[in-house]
Amino acid sequence: MYLSTVSRPEVTEVLGRRKWRVSGNVVALGAVSLITDISSEMVTAVLPLYLVVGLSLSPLAYGAIDGLYTGATALLRLVGGYVADRTRRRKTVAGLGYGLAAIAKLGLIAAGNSAAAIGAAITADRAGKGLRTGPRDALITLSTPQDQLGRAFGVHRSMDAMGAFIGPLVAVGVLAWAGSQEFDAVFFVSFLIAAFGVVVLVLFVRDRREDVPPKAVNLRAAAGLLRHKGVGGLLLAASLLGLVVVGDGFVYLLLQKRGDLSMGWFPLLAVGTSLVYLLLATPLGVLADKIGRAKVMLGGYSALALVYLALVSTLEGLPLIILVLVLYGVFYAATDGVLMALAGRILPESLRATGMALVQTGQALAYLGSSVLFGLSWQLWGPNAACVAAAVAVVVAIVVTALIFARVNRSVQS
Amino acid sequence: MMSARNRILVALAAAAVLAGAAVFYVMRSTPADPPLAASSGPLRQLDRSSLQVLTNGVLSVASATDPHAPRSLSSRRCDRAYAAAQTTVCLLPVDALVGTKLVVMDEKLNDRKTLPLTGFPNRLKVSSSGRMVSWTVFIDGHSYATTGFSTQTGIFDTKTGTEVHSLEEFSATVEGNPSQAVDFNYWGVTFTSDDNRFYATLGTGGKRYLIEGDLAARTVRTLTTNVECPSLSPDGKRIAYKSAIDADPKKGWRLSVMDLSTLRSTPLAETHSVDDQAVWLDDTTVGYGLQRDDGVNDVWSVPADGTGQPKLLVEGANSPAPLS
Repeated sequence: MYLSTVSRPEVTEVLGRRKWRVSGNVVALGAVSLITDISSEMVTAVLPLYLVVGLSLSPLAYGAIDGLYTGATALLRLVGGYVADRTRRRKTVAGLGYGLAAIAKLGLIAAGNSAAAIGAAITADRAGKGLRTGPRDALITLSTPQDQLGRAFGVHRSMDAMGAFIGPLVAVGVLAWAGSQEFDAVFFVSFLIAAFGVVVLVLFVRDRREDVPPKAVNLRAAAGLLRHKGVGGLLLAASLLGLVVVGDGFVYLLLQKRGDLSMGWFPLLAVGTSLVYLLLATPLGVLADKIGRAKVMLGGYSALALVYLALVSTLEGLPLIILVLVLYGVFYAATDGVLMALAGRILPESLRATGMALVQTGQALAYLGSSVLFGLSWQLWGPNAACVAAAVAVVVAIVVTALIFARVNRSVQS
Repeated sequence: MMSARNRILVALAAAAVLAGAAVFYVMRSTPADPPLAASSGPLRQLDRSSLQVLTNGVLSVASATDPHAPRSLSSRRCDRAYAAAQTTVCLLPVDALVGTKLVVMDEKLNDRKTLPLTGFPNRLKVSSSGRMVSWTVFIDGHSYATTGFSTQTGIFDTKTGTEVHSLEEFSATVEGNPSQAVDFNYWGVTFTSDDNRFYATLGTGGKRYLIEGDLAARTVRTLTTNVECPSLSPDGKRIAYKSAIDADPKKGWRLSVMDLSTLRSTPLAETHSVDDQAVWLDDTTVGYGLQRDDGVNDVWSVPADGTGQPKLLVEGANSPAPLS
């Protein structure tokens, strides 16, 4: 079957030596993600400020720039996954993605005041992110034995979240040093850090070329992916679960209103969630390997249901904020990497990058739909009823997903 | 493939080179412009047809007749400014480290009151008597991927010193029904001459309503849709505002004037998308800031009845306020 174990002698060796370790390749990929995330979160932290204050672009115009490119990058993500599988050069494709995102930072400096050029630079940045995600996650699965995937993704996502945590601090540091209006300095330092990420990728990440002769990867095979055992169910489950995630913006906004938080603390909500995420991603990944990925993932979605319920509960102030941030961090830690670990078991090796890109795209599109739906129900029924409806939707999604996974399990094992 | 040792050496060398480049670049960036030469005396020295504007963010007074005439600059930096009667107001620029503040000044630009605010400065206006100050700041814009935005609009009464923190505290009547939704966003207030009634925009449910508000009663009610950033004419009968093209702000805005008694709207001759709260230079002329493709702003004027052509008023400036 496609779950060939013959192709991973080194990994087995590492395992024999130290059972608790993850493969060097996963650590290297984690380091690249950590470095790259410092770079990209530096920009994310100052970009709204730069656009709205530095260039007096209205947030609405910015939102329009932003939404426009989301669809385009979703497509590119699929292309990246497919090309990586077809050429079996996953490292090269991921490297192109990382490199493109690095150059995009220089583009931001070169763009000056032109909204169109800034839009192009942001698109290039997104395109780079889209391009690299599928091949990168495929490399993680190809460097890790099946029973360790949860741990491997946990470690990778922890490192990734660490970068997201450090990035804004670096940006503030640069602004404090260079002068608080010197956005170019932030972009340039961000470029240098991203470039270092590419160097680390080139030097330390090894591509995994399977020893088995490659199955022909072409568009027909890629289209056939959906008929592959379990893949349809996986995609359906991922999209269904994506559909009940209403988006950070809504959660934080409700929390700010309910928790009676002054607006200045708003950005710290995301930082709190990241902190919980980065602390719990690895332990929950390990747990997923032990007791089952589907269980941990559905547990994560239960935490999400509790988030929605907490937002309509009688809790207030700091206890509410802490509870929601912890639950929300648990949700991310128990789902994001674990889903990819789950996908790693189901997707055939020859089309793994394509498959992962497909799952991520399905989920991203579902997110988009869910935020629209939530906004609409907020509109029609008010925030409390919308939250209760969201919680009910999560529970329904958990039950349906559990049924889907049970079927997928049977079909994969048969 | 290089040996592990060599790879580590190469990585360290790359780190050193890149860190050096970072230090070099950051050291080279000079901190923000040095403070301007102090000339913070009273600004209103020009003729009657002068305009208060921001020149590269510096509070200044320009001629309303010659776009290139020399301007008198103050030492005050603002992101948005306005002036009426004896009151000059300024929303201080934010940066990554410091939030914005509303500064209320007298006509000699001495500080009378400072209010710390959270958000990005957006709109700022003073009632014609100089008593009521109203502002709008953008609050969201944090996430890389949000398409919505959130505003906060407040009012400060310079006479009593009372502050309305946010118009969202007021009871609202939307299309005749009492309503309160969390997606309420108010922006762009303009006061009538009684310093109690006002007009503004309420965004909710994807629509942008013109609202009429009563400060004392703490109520607002919607009048019509697709009106943003109203600005009341000196005679109090019309508003200049920006009207989203096809009711879709993504397509830009047409500067228009509405007769408040009939709610009939007239598009003005300016065909560029105007994203500003316009000002009335007199009963027949509207002024506004317009951003060029390269990001530089200019102040323009256009007749308020839909005829004529836009005219460049002050080059390289924004946030206009007529001084008279």
